[in-house]
Amino acid sequence: MMERREMLKRSSALASLMLTAGVWPGVSLAQATAYASAAFEAKSMADLAKVLGMQAPVASKDINLQAPDIAENGAVVPVGASTTLPGVKRIIILIEKNPSILTAMFDFTDSVETTISTRAKMGQSSNVFAVALMNDGRALYAVKEVKVTLGGCGG
Amino acid sequence: MADPMRIRAQLAGDKATVRVLVGHEMETGQRKDSAGKIIPAWFIQEVTASHNGKAVLTAQWGPAVSKNPFMQFIVKGAKAGDKIGVSWKDNKGDTRSDEAVVA
Repeated sequence: MMERREMLKRSSALASLMLTAGVWPGVSLAQATAYASAAFEAKSMADLAKVLGMQAPVASKDINLQAPDIAENGAVVPVGASTTLPGVKRIIILIEKNPSILTAMFDFTDSVETTISTRAKMGQSSNVFAVALMNDGRALYAVKEVKVTLGGCGG
Repeated sequence: MADPMRIRAQLAGDKATVRVLVGHEMETGQRKDSAGKIIPAWFIQEVTASHNGKAVLTAQWGPAVSKNPFMQFIVKGAKAGDKIGVSWKDNKGDTRSDEAVVA
């Protein structure tokens, strides 16, 4: 009986060893271009700036953010961002009062226009930011407050 | 295997407006089921769009992107018959690629 128990213990230890040794390197290899999990866990703009190594964003009229004034359904909020400025590397969409501030990041090449639309979830009324990260390291943003009506009787 | 994406690429001049609708739960990992247990997170993390096989746009998504995500972007220098491909990968390692022709 003891032997069997010992064997069970060992095999489970082995399994967990294989998990840590085998799976983790696999994940880091497959995601060499790195899914920025830390950035998606940031709770505030300051946290996010630290994780992404970006400068404190500056408000800019050249960034165009499209979002509704009132969203009746926080589960599907259309959000769009665009700019005609040259040298935009990445546009990120942030929702201030969501559990994690970062919603999505879009990396552009020269073959696409720096305009993007998507749909986001919002837990409650909040400021929505579109931040454009420029090739020269600047970060420019536009902000809009979006009210989320709960209960479905749009106000 | 996940449902196919719906991709439409509409040509206007030399630019193609691409609209992508992905069928995915985008579960945040914050909701609870009726028994009070947390529903594990399940969402798309990486999205890549290509034009005739060349990557033109990449995106990283968090769980705050809506269920059945939608994305719209504009490809420069496109012409009728070009191929627009989109692929994604979720946090469970599931992937899907689909293609559409510019019209």
